[in-house]
Amino acid sequence: MALLQLQEPGETTAPHEHRLAVGIDLGTTNSLVASVRNGISVCLNDAEGRSMLPSVVHYPRAGATLVGRGAQAFQVDDPRNTLVSVKRFMGRGVKDVTHIESMPYDFVDTEGMLRFRTAAGVKTPVEVSAEILKHLRERAEASLGGPLVGAVITVPAYFDDAQRQATKDAARLAGLNVLRLLNEPTAAAVAYGLENASEGVYAIYDLGGGTFDISILKLSRGVFEVMSTNGDASLGGDDFDHRVFCWILDQSGVAPVSDSDARRLQAMARRAKERLSTEEEAQVRVSLSTGDEVDLTLTRETFVDITRTLVNKTLAPVRKALRDADLSVDEIKGVVMVGGATRMLHLQQAVGEFFGQSPLTNLDPDKVVALGAAMQANVLAGNRTADDDWLLLDVIPLSLGIETMGGLVEKIVPRNSTIPIAKAQEFTTFKDGQTAMAIHVVQGERELVSGCRSLARFELRGIPPMTAGAARIRVSYQVDADGLLAVTAREMSSGVEAQVVVKPSYGLADDEIADMLKAGFENAGEDAKARAVRELQVEGERLLEAVQQALLADGVLLDAQERAGIDAAMAALRKAVTATDAKALRKALDGLSRQTDAFAARRMDKSIRTALAGHKINELKV
Amino acid sequence: MDLQQDYFSLFGLPQGFDIDKDRLEQAYRDCQAQVHPDRHAHRSDAEKRVSMQWATHVNEAYRTLRKPLLRARYMLSLRGVDAGIETNTAMAPAFLIEQMEWREGVEEAREGGDVSDLEHMRQRLDLHERELHQNLSGQLAEDVTDGELAADTVRRLMFIEKLQVEIDDALEALED
Repeated sequence: MALLQLQEPGETTAPHEHRLAVGIDLGTTNSLVASVRNGISVCLNDAEGRSMLPSVVHYPRAGATLVGRGAQAFQVDDPRNTLVSVKRFMGRGVKDVTHIESMPYDFVDTEGMLRFRTAAGVKTPVEVSAEILKHLRERAEASLGGPLVGAVITVPAYFDDAQRQATKDAARLAGLNVLRLLNEPTAAAVAYGLENASEGVYAIYDLGGGTFDISILKLSRGVFEVMSTNGDASLGGDDFDHRVFCWILDQSGVAPVSDSDARRLQAMARRAKERLSTEEEAQVRVSLSTGDEVDLTLTRETFVDITRTLVNKTLAPVRKALRDADLSVDEIKGVVMVGGATRMLHLQQAVGEFFGQSPLTNLDPDKVVALGAAMQANVLAGNRTADDDWLLLDVIPLSLGIETMGGLVEKIVPRNSTIPIAKAQEFTTFKDGQTAMAIHVVQGERELVSGCRSLARFELRGIPPMTAGAARIRVSYQVDADGLLAVTAREMSSGVEAQVVVKPSYGLADDEIADMLKAGFENAGEDAKARAVRELQVEGERLLEAVQQALLADGVLLDAQERAGIDAAMAALRKAVTATDAKALRKALDGLSRQTDAFAARRMDKSIRTALAGHKINELKV
Repeated sequence: MDLQQDYFSLFGLPQGFDIDKDRLEQAYRDCQAQVHPDRHAHRSDAEKRVSMQWATHVNEAYRTLRKPLLRARYMLSLRGVDAGIETNTAMAPAFLIEQMEWREGVEEAREGGDVSDLEHMRQRLDLHERELHQNLSGQLAEDVTDGELAADTVRRLMFIEKLQVEIDDALEALED
């Protein structure tokens, strides 16, 4: 197959044209950034040579926001303004968070996504995550020596639409062009599969700081096909820490403790857990602000005992994933362990027993996701070479449905469907002259709306007034390759496109993001308008380059008139990008896009024909 | 070559209920290798949009042809027969009674927590499903112009699938 792959002109870029792209593992406890350098994926380190950035953000009363170890220093003394494990709150409301009572934050209980009241004002989890991403972007730009073309950001495979959207919004706030949201286990599979040239069906068991994923993938001739995925978006190493923390409180009898003592004990609990991955017992010795002394010994046996239910909690999703993939345990060729929490020995043992084979732990479980994401980013940015001929086929982790009469859910897209995927439904009006209707989209497996996650309410407006039952409104649900849903609607008899207004249940509205972006620029002493113009210019240059390459490769598909139209639109855009008129830029951009629509479709047709022709040649060879 | 073309032609396969699964999979992968959004991430928005449309279409085509029941329904729809409508009224009373008995059996096993009984029923259904698939290959042959026999088999398969889902759900609930 690889031998027959025709390299299109303009597809490969010369070494000096290498586009800078990174993979970012935005983790619950630690985050990393990696990039492909000289053909090898490497993690990018900070000035002290460390790759892992603690996912901690500190908002001081005055001065600049601190991220990472600098922020960590305030964890004990100023817990309210020092946010840790913020990933747990992405796309979530106050009611969704477990152990919220033991968290030292000042939550703003609003509708939708929760917010924190900090010394620097009210912050959403999206803004906090954006600080982490911005820090990593700056590290990468300094390390690679230039602005980034784009980034692949990883998310837990089991993240729902709201959590994915929140992650993408955070990247946007951080000034990153998101090439793709990539599922963490899939990213790990890329790094593992390419390194070991693996073929067959693999299970990726990914227990991070706050999330658990299991993905079953089929690796075959460069295609990574996710067969099923399952997990628990609020189960991770943090929960093991919490069990130890509770054990400490219980054994020492010091409860209740202050916020800063709680942070101190949580840090001790984590350290004890980590020590038990190599040693038989761990000391917990700490003096609290009350003068109380804690001095305990946690044995591995006790640790196994108090965390057994958590280990078992990961195995139920594993069973479900296998069933959805229609596979039995003995059909799994290998089990790859990902995430720092998989260092726990009793966890490795339990997974080994379940699968009847020792899990694979030869890759650094902390880095493998970032490394895989960087490989994918490199390819998506357009640095593909003949060696990078792999393809990822991923799935949607949870079913999408809409609310029907009586609070029931009608499934539209079943879980584990390969993305991108689209579905359409037809509705009608039930009142004379009705011009609007609402659709409530939910995600989850339950039959009742109350048992699923509410994603958004879509209001369709601008339906032409007709008698009841006469309108035929076709609603299309499109899930893209990032696993994100978009809804469009059209009245079929008149062809009128209905206006869709989205009210996300746990997300941020577009104008909120715009405000945050604006505030961000102003904070950085930038003029929002100038920034917007610069972004349009970059977009214009990107489009010009893309069209130029397309013309080089497939210019023959156009007749003289079409070619002239595109040339004129290109000339107009080329002129516009040298000026600073935002309106003119937007117009020229749209103009060239419109001119190239038909061309894009024709190129795709040609690609498919080539694919099938190649297929037939393959058959002849056999 | 366009989005209106039938799924068999899209993958370069002969139209028929019996399908070469390896060839289908290979053709699917070859198509996705060209159209998938990951192949066009660095291109213009117009090309990205077309890419998503095509990748969506190719996924839908693959899903339809891969699953026997969907494949059969699709083949009937190409002949202008919608097998899904008026499911109940079109079925023979004996079949419907049999279905009710099955359903009661599943319900009983679920309430009694009888895993082996559920698994046994699942196996029997799977066997029956395979028999019906074999029937379809003749009923959907090119020279058969009347789609009614195939439509009846498809409706039976839809009932069976529903039961299989119920059993799987019951097994899952017992596991948790």
